[in-house]
Amino acid sequence: MNAVVHAKAESRHLLSGNEAVARAAWEAGVRVAAAYPGTPATEILENIALYPDVYSEWSVNEKVAVEVAIGASLAGSRALAAMKHVGMNVASDAFMTQSLAGVVGGLVIVVADDVGLSSSQNEQDSRYWGRFGHMPILEPADSQEAYEMVKRAFDLSEAHETPVIVRMTTRVCHVKAMVVVESGRIERQVPGFQKNPQRWVMTPANAKPRLPLMHQRDRALREASETSDLNTLSSGGDRRIGFVTSGPPFMHVRETFPNAPVLKLGFSHPAPLDKIRAFAAQVDTLVVVEETEPLLETEIRAAGLEVRGKDVLPRFGELAPSVLRPAIKALLGEPHEVAARAQAGLFPRPPTMCASCPHLGPYFALSHIRNLNIVGDIGCYTLGAGHPWNALDTCISMGASLSMAHGMDKGRGESDEKKSIVAVIGDSTFLHMGMQGLLNMIYNRGNVTVLLLDNRSVGMTGGQENPGTGQDLHGLPAPRVDFAKLAEALGIRPERIRTVDPYELPTMVKLVREETKMEEPSVIITNRPCSLTDRFERLRAYTVLDDQCTGCGNCIDLGCPAISVARRETVTAKSGKTKELVFARIDPNTCTGCHMCVETCAPDAIVQPEPQNRVIRIHAHG
Amino acid sequence: MGDGITNILVVGIGGQGVMTAAEMLARAAISQGYDVKKTEVAGMAQRGGVVSSHVRFGPKVYSPQIDAGEADLLIGFEAAEALRWLPHLRPTGVAMVNTLRIAPPVVSAGLYDYPADPIGELTATGIEVHAFDAGALAEQLGNAKLVNTIMLGAISDCLPFPAEVLKACIVEGFRAYKPKLADVNAQAFEAGREAGHIKAVSQRPAA
Repeated sequence: MNAVVHAKAESRHLLSGNEAVARAAWEAGVRVAAAYPGTPATEILENIALYPDVYSEWSVNEKVAVEVAIGASLAGSRALAAMKHVGMNVASDAFMTQSLAGVVGGLVIVVADDVGLSSSQNEQDSRYWGRFGHMPILEPADSQEAYEMVKRAFDLSEAHETPVIVRMTTRVCHVKAMVVVESGRIERQVPGFQKNPQRWVMTPANAKPRLPLMHQRDRALREASETSDLNTLSSGGDRRIGFVTSGPPFMHVRETFPNAPVLKLGFSHPAPLDKIRAFAAQVDTLVVVEETEPLLETEIRAAGLEVRGKDVLPRFGELAPSVLRPAIKALLGEPHEVAARAQAGLFPRPPTMCASCPHLGPYFALSHIRNLNIVGDIGCYTLGAGHPWNALDTCISMGASLSMAHGMDKGRGESDEKKSIVAVIGDSTFLHMGMQGLLNMIYNRGNVTVLLLDNRSVGMTGGQENPGTGQDLHGLPAPRVDFAKLAEALGIRPERIRTVDPYELPTMVKLVREETKMEEPSVIITNRPCSLTDRFERLRAYTVLDDQCTGCGNCIDLGCPAISVARRETVTAKSGKTKELVFARIDPNTCTGCHMCVETCAPDAIVQPEPQNRVIRIHAHG
Repeated sequence: MGDGITNILVVGIGGQGVMTAAEMLARAAISQGYDVKKTEVAGMAQRGGVVSSHVRFGPKVYSPQIDAGEADLLIGFEAAEALRWLPHLRPTGVAMVNTLRIAPPVVSAGLYDYPADPIGELTATGIEVHAFDAGALAEQLGNAKLVNTIMLGAISDCLPFPAEVLKACIVEGFRAYKPKLADVNAQAFEAGREAGHIKAVSQRPAA
């Protein structure tokens, strides 16, 4: 039984913000939901997928997801698209124009900003999109609000014929809090697509008359925001500072300054400026607490009000109590005691690749070949930039490796002359936005060696499906793309498409060496599944025979977390040179028996012990 | 716990069950009628990184995050991780620590040192520390995965509600989904509860 799906009306549940969104979408009668996985938004679609009466899918990227939702909305269905903040950049081409045309069935875009970068390449404030695309924004502060606001967002969307943004952050998505579930699903009538070319065919002639209508809608939304009960006032006796805030910072403000008056904006764009003006008149100093950019602050100041904000608070990162307290105390001129105990000076514990990870082989190869510029991409394999491989030179956005590598090839400088350019990309990232870069590189006669690390999953977000895995969001069989055929169709010569078992290290190293020397582009495809998914078969653990280990340390270079240093010894050769020997051990609980390390061991000191149960069986028969 | 809010910080390494343990504490608190919030930094956590889960409960909880110096209880699934998060504990707080040591690859490679005596460093601060080898207890009971329940048993007598409440939450959960494991988890809880009473004594002379 799942708490999200089976929760009865009027019952109380501990739900994450993402689970609460899923429940609300189902109750609101959503018929189509689409997303591409991305932390911290991934679980929204995973939970919507639990409801059989909602059509839900992993789309190949966020633009596609939003377009799927737009199509459903034009047919009259309520539709939802979910994504992380960087997904909005990808999706924006679609919603920037659909916002002009408007919607039929309620259309809600749930975006999750990773404030504090727990698992992202940058920090972005998605509230800009509401301003840029003329779409209202609702900002929940916890799971209960996420649940309520998603339902309200659909009503708002239909009332004003506009897409609505529900802006979450990591501290809503991944915080579990109490939610009182109100009702069951409300099925809605779906009229079907009504043809209306002037409305839906956005040629210049049709789009132009929509512009004044969009601005008229902005004014109506502003009025709705002024009177909305989502913008609430918490009174407080200490009127020295009045806070205007939205999203999780509201919780931090209430926690830190329980006696201060707070105007909380749940319907934060368009901002209810009259309401804010009235609030400002009741307090000595108005302070805006918002994550992360000074958007409300700038608009309030432009409305002629005196306001403080980013002059006293950080412009990035979470505005947690530990950040708010010293900043506001300083503004009030009050002393603030800093906790005296220092953080222990400990080693870091960065994320690592997993035991048997099929990316270990390619990175072992890349770290052993000289004269490469290695252009990377978004996924677990970004970890290849770290210890011990140090074999990834760039990473910015989904699919960028192929196009950036092409540019690096064409823009070679003096130091690059003898270098080969390598692009490293995973299966899902390739299908998301990478294949256009490959097509572009082939078409423009570039020369890049592409390492397509096909581990049959979206690994970093937890092993989701994609068109390369053979299964869909629901785990049902789905058509599976053939990467070799796809590369050939785009124009790579069949001789230059090499499929390889990444566990076969000698072959892996040889192939990368060969292909990087070619005067034409090649694609090397690895074919082992992610070792955290069900597709991976765990085998018996290996062990190091201590008396045979020579301390060469080659297996350590693999970077497998199951292998660690047992001991170090410094020896002096006859020549008088000293050398450090590194003896290895393998953790039997972590090792999954992939045999990659065996390939690195010249003295055959890594062996797979006979299973104990087999020994017992022999005795039984003997 | 003075303001009616109990702050529990559960820390360890991705894959150790930190988030599951925090979820159990949250569910037990809900059963007592508390408002509860639970938050963690996960994301890349299953890849061997640091995991910390914050559980806060009381009459009304606003912020989900536990500030430095505000945790009432610190449950460390690994010795050095308990040390890493020690500044989050109140001077009057209690640290319940599994003595397990897991050195990450950067330590194994010789780039950093693992502290020689993390439990000693914890006790030297004067904070109340309880430390024991939860892995050894789990092995005695025949299942390494019992560490989670053992650690919850160990902390159960430090909670503002009876230990039996937490025990019932865990055992009933197993009874519903994995009934074969219900009894051994009940044993593990009690074994942890007993072990949790042993206070770690500082090996260093008092300052």
